[in-house]
Amino acid sequence: MYTQALNARDTEAGAVEDADRVAAFQARVDAEEKIEPNDWMPEGYRKTLVRQISQHAHSEIVGMLPEGNWISRAPTLKRKAALLAKVQDEGGHGLYLYSAAETLGVSREELTEQLLSGKAKYSSIFNYPTLTWADIGAIGWLVDGAAIMNQIPLCRCSFGPYSRAMIRVCKEESFHQRQGYELLLEMVRSSEEQKEMVQDALNRWWWPSLMMFGPSDTDSQHSAQSMAWKIKRFTNDELRQKFVDATVPQAHYLGLTIPDDKLSFNEATGHWEFGEIDWDEFMRVIAGNGPCNRERLAARKKAHADGAWVREAAIAYSRKRADRREAARHAAE
Amino acid sequence: MTEKTTPLWEVFIRSRTGMAHRHCGSVHAGDAEMALQAARDVYTRRGEGLSIWVVPSAEIIASDPAQKDEMFEPTASKIYRHPTFYEIPEEVGNM
Repeated sequence: MYTQALNARDTEAGAVEDADRVAAFQARVDAEEKIEPNDWMPEGYRKTLVRQISQHAHSEIVGMLPEGNWISRAPTLKRKAALLAKVQDEGGHGLYLYSAAETLGVSREELTEQLLSGKAKYSSIFNYPTLTWADIGAIGWLVDGAAIMNQIPLCRCSFGPYSRAMIRVCKEESFHQRQGYELLLEMVRSSEEQKEMVQDALNRWWWPSLMMFGPSDTDSQHSAQSMAWKIKRFTNDELRQKFVDATVPQAHYLGLTIPDDKLSFNEATGHWEFGEIDWDEFMRVIAGNGPCNRERLAARKKAHADGAWVREAAIAYSRKRADRREAARHAAE
Repeated sequence: MTEKTTPLWEVFIRSRTGMAHRHCGSVHAGDAEMALQAARDVYTRRGEGLSIWVVPSAEIIASDPAQKDEMFEPTASKIYRHPTFYEIPEEVGNM
């Protein structure tokens, strides 16, 4: 349980940290002990986790938009119900993650403000548009698949609340991936036209999915420290390679071609080798200039602004009821 | 704007009759009733529970990790508190 009072930021924040405390902290991490909200932690550890967990939460929330785009147009009632359940899950994942971030002494309101002002990032993938129904299947298979690759090691993250949130999230993500893949399987078996739709979706989502693992190890700013703190367990490139190795055979099973002419299987290493990612595109999307960045943020801002009076009403009503209860108690005394 | 922050609630769920309530996460909600509804939607959609408790997070008082030695150490040194401290002759059988 996570009391907020004890989680207030260390008063000495900004001061030079006691080397003994830092060493004791590192020793606990090295011994695979979980760090809990009320434990002392280096300011850098706290900041890194707030950044990572909140951006993870933002990704879940913004990620409801590209899929939500197809709820009213899903081709069958079964698929529509599954998509609704999935989007509901994503909302729940956002909540678990905001809760985990809040144990570090930030409020959800602050984090939401950072998202809406563009100060905090969310996963680059959700800045791509969903143009056909097959995109919904591709998101389940590739995007949730990439998310699982990233998140399974996070179940062993050194920060207790984050690792516990990830265990719940991973269970549900694997269900999303399966339903996405099954959707595509049904499409490729149905007609040539539907199969083409699936191939087109793969062509558009393949590279953005590989970009979900972040910059290459040589360019990743946070990697080394995050590995030492056991926030990260594998490097970006290691996870990306695992994803490619797992996914290429799944694509072949669907009878699809991966849109990469450099892709080849290396018998000696047992890995699929793949072409260079378009890092210029990645940087563009991260900087706010991808295909849907403006639209996504505008939708979140609108929901937040238009909902303000509803939030105020809820608070006013709860205050009124609390006052009434108080008055009734006085009257009874 | 007069909007105030929405309070945080800790959520405890009991999965089966006879089991204890376990902490499973938290939700933000304007009042207790909405906290219960949010907890139901977020944490029990796959048959996870039969009973929910929600508690305002501000009401919970946690032990201080800096005092964990004083708080929890004595049990190990007081071996007479442990069942294995007392020897029963083998002939008596399981006890």
